[in-house]
Amino acid sequence: MTTLLNTMYTQITPEGIIDRYPNSYNHFVLPFVIGISFIIVYLLIGLIRILYHLTAEDRKKLLVSIFTPKTAVKNIKDIFCDCLIHTKIWKRKPLLGYMHSAIAFGWFMLIVLGHIEVALFAPRHLDSIADGALYYPIFYRFFIWMSPEHETLRGSLFFFLMDFFLLYVLSGIALAMYKRVRSIALGMRHTTKPSLADRVALYCLWAIFPLRLLAEGFTADLSGGSFLTRPLNWLFKSFFGNELNFLPTWWLYSICLGLFFLAMPFSRYMHILTEPMLILMRNAGLKVRKPRKGFAEAEIYACSSCGLCLDACPMNTQKKNLKYSSVYFIRFLRRHNEKKVKEIAEKCLMCGKCYALCPVGVNSPDIRRALRETSNTKLSYDYAPMDKFSLPVEGDQKADIMYFAGCMSHLTPKIIKSVTTVLESAGKKFIFADREGGICCGRPMLLAGRTEAAKELISKNKKMIMESGCKILLLSCPICYKVFKDDYDLKDIRILHYTQYMNELIEKGELKVTKGSLSMVYHDPCELGRGCGVYEEPRNVLKAIGELKKAEKERDESICCGGSLGSLTLDNKDRGKIAESSIDNLTAENPQSIVTACPLCYRSFREKSPIPVKDFAEVVCENIKSN
Amino acid sequence: MIDFGFGLSPSSRVNLDLRDKELFSKLIETESDALKCMACGSCTASCSAGVFEETSLRSALLNLQNGNKEKALNLLSHCMFCGKCTMVCPRGINTRHLILSINKIYQAR
Ligand code: SF4
Ligand code: SF4
Ligand code: SF4
Ligand code: SF4
Ligand code: SF4
Repeated sequence: MTTLLNTMYTQITPEGIIDRYPNSYNHFVLPFVIGISFIIVYLLIGLIRILYHLTAEDRKKLLVSIFTPKTAVKNIKDIFCDCLIHTKIWKRKPLLGYMHSAIAFGWFMLIVLGHIEVALFAPRHLDSIADGALYYPIFYRFFIWMSPEHETLRGSLFFFLMDFFLLYVLSGIALAMYKRVRSIALGMRHTTKPSLADRVALYCLWAIFPLRLLAEGFTADLSGGSFLTRPLNWLFKSFFGNELNFLPTWWLYSICLGLFFLAMPFSRYMHILTEPMLILMRNAGLKVRKPRKGFAEAEIYACSSCGLCLDACPMNTQKKNLKYSSVYFIRFLRRHNEKKVKEIAEKCLMCGKCYALCPVGVNSPDIRRALRETSNTKLSYDYAPMDKFSLPVEGDQKADIMYFAGCMSHLTPKIIKSVTTVLESAGKKFIFADREGGICCGRPMLLAGRTEAAKELISKNKKMIMESGCKILLLSCPICYKVFKDDYDLKDIRILHYTQYMNELIEKGELKVTKGSLSMVYHDPCELGRGCGVYEEPRNVLKAIGELKKAEKERDESICCGGSLGSLTLDNKDRGKIAESSIDNLTAENPQSIVTACPLCYRSFREKSPIPVKDFAEVVCENIKSN
Repeated sequence: MIDFGFGLSPSSRVNLDLRDKELFSKLIETESDALKCMACGSCTASCSAGVFEETSLRSALLNLQNGNKEKALNLLSHCMFCGKCTMVCPRGINTRHLILSINKIYQAR
């Protein structure tokens, strides 16, 4: 102790703090300094690359949004909730949420408090890099000696907070270790296989905080400590009796930090730094344009490889399909493995569940679409014959409502019959746009990445709709509904899915229904639920006409029927398996029938379901009050 | 083969010399399902594009086998990818991907 004090650089501050080392430098900080410098340079280059690949228009959008007060507030809120507290994970899996927020928020607080402490008690070290601004706040406890007589309330508060947050992080790390062994305890069936860089970074991360505890424990009698570090210091003293261990521990601590930062860009932990950037770009309204560059690159590096999309993906009812999950898709994108990436991109159902459940909000289905676009959009097509299309002449052309059934509804005439019956009994006049067949809405083409072809279909349909002079466009297929809503820009025309319209008719009293005794479970079609956020309307109606039961997973966690047009390569057998698992999920409470609001789901379920499958319009039709 | 021009109806003769074996085997490699088609015509009957202009996967496949590549591509060029044919195919063929592959392999000259 005395020998240590002898070498001290004596400059006592009013708070009783003395720098133990001249220049406040010791070789052990080197690994950390190398690591942190590397990551800062890497991050800057990455940032420039991403900005460079954005279109000029997108860059402007980003700039404007950052300086708009409303989005700026949203940015701060999102960064706080998503990156630090991880509210999205908390909501679904509290224990897992605790783990993530303990590590992220705890670490963040340690860094912030560490800097505040230095700013208050030894501000001159923050002045420049030469004074140790890079490392000093991190290793503050190593460099100082605190005279015990001078201990202030303010000082002890910091000691307490630092120990408190260290404990908080350590509890998160302990859970993380436990998760590696038994993931199901934290609510995850499948976890990702870590890559080599992931492993290096992971073990460093695990080691960093226990080492910090040890290191600060060793120095607690010199530089102060609180409920965690002081008892530890006392213990060490009585067991080891000397200070020989403490420099090596600080070395190890620094090495682990340095290694962690060196491995970071090649590991999943890059997400810690990329996620805030993704949030800024997303809130600015940017979209994926190229599958690997610009915005997509920010998304790719923001993926934390948490693996939550593994359990989310409906394809994973079969273990062999795990490799098509978003987490691996993104990993192969990062590694530029073109072949694998293409295969995965074509397999996906585009059901959007991984996106809905992703804590970071990585829109990987959209990256897949962009990737398909690169190889498929140049295929030629010929839609000149579609100009022959004209609206059917019989009926009242001046109707306000246009019903567009779409290709898939034409395969299920029962749905069309039910919709038209409902409209008639509510006394509504309508134009049935594609009574004799019509032009496809363009969504399947968009999903297949044939964007040019899709645009042509869209413009043909748009012309037809605008010329008809209708006020409401009514759809019985969620796939059509999604594309009409998102990509058509139909000015003042209200676009409604039949579930919304029938709900409105019933609420306004224009359609009278009776309550029957049928118990039903409602399946949320992907494009309607996750795709367009329509969850309440169909449920309202079903509650009015029968007993509504719950599925095991519903709303944004609903499981695709497997029939999705999104997948290009999934075969019949695999689709059947998905349908079965979706049905199992729906029949958890033993309903008498399954009700869905999508012609495709209807067909997929009907082939596999042990109980009757009905369409939404069909059950409404059956319960119309006859007067 | 020489066409003597005596036929009253257009010739339905198949000239197998025109068939591009290499391309066809490439198609079979990526789409083994192409051989499963039993030419039932369900796809053609249900086709959304067929309302406007002849569109037929069934005939397209036959035309490819018979060396009529241009005709085959024409028969698929109006396809809107709606997926009705996939839903009705009794052989469970992934017709949309088959159409995509035919386009990819045969459009590349
Ligand atoms: S895509 Fe999202 S859910 Fe999947 S591993 Fe990445 S961060 Fe997790
Ligand atoms: S969009 Fe659906 S099918 Fe595709 S990877 Fe995500 S969860 Fe799986
Ligand atoms: S058919 Fe229904 S469940 Fe299946 S992908 Fe489409 S909307 Fe989703
Ligand atoms: S996908 Fe193409 S070929 Fe098949 S039914 Fe639709 S338009 Fe016709
Ligand atoms: S429906 Fe299927 S089996 Fe029948 S002709 Fe078409 S592709 Fe062939």
